[in-house]
Amino acid sequence: MQATKLDTRLIPTHPAIANLLPGGGLKQGSTYSVDHSITLLMALLAGPSAAGSWCGVVGVPEFGVEAAATFGVDIERLVLVPHPGDQWLAVTAAIADVMSVVVTRPPKRASDTSLARLAGRLRQRGSTLLVLGTWPQSEAMLSLSQSVWSGIGEGHGYLAARQATITVSSRLGEAPRSARLWLPDPEQKFRDVDPRSMDASPGAMHSREKPRHLRAAG
Amino acid sequence: MNAPIVRTMVLWCPDWPIIAALREAAAAQGLPTQGSTMQGSTALGSTVQGSRAQAAGRSDIPLALIEHGVVFACSAAARAEGVKRGLRVREAQARCPELVVQPYNAVHDNRAFEEVLTAIEAMMPGVQLLRPGTCAIRARGPARYYGGEKPSALALIALLDQLGVPGARVGIADGPFTAEQAARMAGLTTGRSARVQIVPEGASAEFLAPLPVSLLDAPALVTLLRRLGVTTLAEFAALPVVDVLGRFGEAGAHLHSLASGHDSRPVIQRIPPEELDSTVEFEPPLDRIDQVTFGVRASSDRFIEALTEAQLVCTALRIEIDSESGEVSERSWLHPRSFTAADVVDRVRWQLQGSGEVDTGLTSGITRVRVIPESVDAIGHHEVGLFGGGPDERIHHGLSRVQSMLGHGGVLTAVIGGGRTLADRQTTVPWGDRPLLTRQPTQPWPGTLPPPAPTTIFPTPHPVHVLDATGGTIQVDDRGTLSASPAQFSPTGSGRTMRQIQAWAGPWPIDERWWDNETHRRSHRFQVVDAAGMAWLLVLVSATQGSDSSWWAEARYD
Repeated sequence: MQATKLDTRLIPTHPAIANLLPGGGLKQGSTYSVDHSITLLMALLAGPSAAGSWCGVVGVPEFGVEAAATFGVDIERLVLVPHPGDQWLAVTAAIADVMSVVVTRPPKRASDTSLARLAGRLRQRGSTLLVLGTWPQSEAMLSLSQSVWSGIGEGHGYLAARQATITVSSRLGEAPRSARLWLPDPEQKFRDVDPRSMDASPGAMHSREKPRHLRAAG
Repeated sequence: MNAPIVRTMVLWCPDWPIIAALREAAAAQGLPTQGSTMQGSTALGSTVQGSRAQAAGRSDIPLALIEHGVVFACSAAARAEGVKRGLRVREAQARCPELVVQPYNAVHDNRAFEEVLTAIEAMMPGVQLLRPGTCAIRARGPARYYGGEKPSALALIALLDQLGVPGARVGIADGPFTAEQAARMAGLTTGRSARVQIVPEGASAEFLAPLPVSLLDAPALVTLLRRLGVTTLAEFAALPVVDVLGRFGEAGAHLHSLASGHDSRPVIQRIPPEELDSTVEFEPPLDRIDQVTFGVRASSDRFIEALTEAQLVCTALRIEIDSESGEVSERSWLHPRSFTAADVVDRVRWQLQGSGEVDTGLTSGITRVRVIPESVDAIGHHEVGLFGGGPDERIHHGLSRVQSMLGHGGVLTAVIGGGRTLADRQTTVPWGDRPLLTRQPTQPWPGTLPPPAPTTIFPTPHPVHVLDATGGTIQVDDRGTLSASPAQFSPTGSGRTMRQIQAWAGPWPIDERWWDNETHRRSHRFQVVDAAGMAWLLVLVSATQGSDSSWWAEARYD
C-alpha cells in the first residue's frame, strides 16, 4: 500500500528507533501509539526536543520530568497539562496547534468521530501525536518487551541500565520489526545493543561481582 | 559653583526604619479592614491614624533591625539599654536581653515613607526624597504661603504629628546639606517650636564651623582629613579651594563647598506617580463569575489604554476582589510578556474560580474588583518586531487559550530542584509564573536515588503488598536490618496479583527533619524488579504511634 500523501516530512528522531519506523522516522501530521512505556515515549520525544521543538504532554500526570531531562528532553520547552478533564479533545487540539510534538492519553470514552476530527487537525497543522494506549488510525504501534535490568541483584546494587526489545508494528501490513536496545545504557543514553560485544548479555556484567549485604555496624 | 543657593527646608524623621517596621507589623495584623482605604489623602490620613494607635502600643518595645549581622537601627527603648547602631547582634542581645530582633527591609522603609510624601505633597509642592525618612522641600513657596519660614516648618511638623510620626524635625538653611545638619541639631524637647532649627540666610558657614568633618559622606576623605589634623568643617573650609581641588579632585572640591556653606545643589521635586489602578464597583453585588468578568471587561480595556497612554506595559498586577460578606481575595499575577485587556479579564476569572475548574458559582456576591499594576515597564522594551515576535509568541497564545479553558494552574512547566524524594525534586509552575525553588539543585543531597530516574512517578503513591518467601510480612528494624528478603509483591495491593520478585535492592533509609515532630519523615526505599522485568521504586514507611508500617509504590521504571 502506498502512503496517502506525497510530501510527508520527517521530524528528527532518535537513530536507534528511526530505523524501525515505517518511512525511517516520525512523520509530521501522523499519529503513533505507544504501549504503556513512558521510557519509550521519552526516547521518541528526545529527538525533536533536542532539535528545538516544543513538546506538550496532555493527560499524563505521572510523566517523570527528571527522567525526561536526563534522557535528552529539554524541559524548558516541555509543557504539561496533567488533568485536561472533560475538555481533553479541545485541549489536545489547542496544544497541537502550537507544538510540533504532543503526547496524549485519550480517555476511554473518546468517540471515533472526535478522534477523526483531531487526526484531521493534526494533518493540517503538521504536528505529530504520540498516544499512550491504542489509537484507531495510528501510523505505527510501538511496544516494549523482554526488559532485562542490570546492576541490581538479590539485595545489592541498584538499577543501572536496561536492555529491552522494541517492536514496531505498522498499519500498512508489513511484518513487525523489532530491535534490541539499551533503554537506557549505564550512561543514560539510548543506543543499539551491539550483539558482538560483551554487553549483549547484561546479566553477565554483574554476575561476577560478589553480592554485598550492607549491615549496620557498631 | 556660583549657581544660586536655594533656601531649603529639610524634614528628618528620626528612627524612620523603626517606625516603618512597626507600621508594617501593624498593617500585617489589621490588613483586611484597612486595605480598601487608600484613595486620596483624606482616606490615607485615617488609615495612618488607625495604624498609629496600634503602633503606639508597641513603641516602647526594644526593637533592633539587623543588616549584615550588625544593628542597623534601634528603637528608643533599646537605645536606653545601650544598644546602638553598628553593634553585633550577639552584643546587642547581651546588653538588652528582651531585644526584639528583626531583619532590616529597605522596601518597607520606602513603602512606608511613600505615604508621608504623598501627604506632604498634598500640603506643599516640590518634595525631593533624599532617603527614606528624610526629604527636602524648597522653602520659598511655603514660607510665603504660611507667612514665614518658622510657621511653615511648624505646619509641616503638625502634619507629621497628625500622621503619627513622632519626633519629626525640620531644619531650614541655605542648601540641603546645611538644612539637614540643622534638622539633626534641632532640639529634642517636646515643644513643637523647639523641633525647628532655622539658620539665617548667609550664616551657613558659621553654623557648620564647629561640626566634625565626619558629617561629610566620604569615609576615605574623612579619615585622611583627620590624619592631616583637620577635625572640624571650619578647618576644612579654611583650606584654599585650589589646593583641595588639586589634592582631592572634583569630589573633594564639592565636599569643600558643602563644608563652607555653599551648597549649590538644587531641590529637584519628584513627579508624583500617576494613579493607574482600575476599580469597578458592583451595585447590587454580582454572584455569578461570568457576570463579574463581563462587568470588568470595559474597565480592563480602559486600564490597558491608560497604561499605553503613559507609555507603559504591565508585566505583573495585583487583583483585589471584595465580596459582600467582607472577604477580600488578593493575588498577584505575572505575565511572561505583558498583559492585554483580555488577559486581565482572564486573571479576574481565574481568581474567582480558585482551584475549581468548573463554574461552581460564588459563595457571596462580589461588590468590588480592583486591578493594581505591580510592575510596569517602558512600552519600548516590549515592542513586537517588524515581522512578528517569532514562534514563542504563538506558543504563548496557544497556551493562554488552554489556560482560559482549564484555569491558570492547568498548564504547567517543570523545573528540577534539589531534594531526596521524587516529589521534592520536580517542581511544577503554572505557565507564565516564575519558578521558585526552595531546595537548591546545586547543593549535595545525600540519599538521592542513583540515575536513571524513574519515568513514571505516581501523583499519589498507592499501597502495595510485599511479602517474603513464606508469605510473611517484612520489617526494617531501627538499625536498618531487614527481617527477611522480599520474594513476592503485588502492585495493586491485593493478593490475586502476586508476582515473584526477580531482583531487589535496599533498604535505603531516609530520615528527614528528625528534629521537628511535625515534618519528621522516616522511610526506607527499595528498588524491585518483578518477574515480568518491570522495575519499581517502593517505599516502606516505618511504623509510628498509631499506625503500622506500610508499603507504597512511589514510581515505576517502565
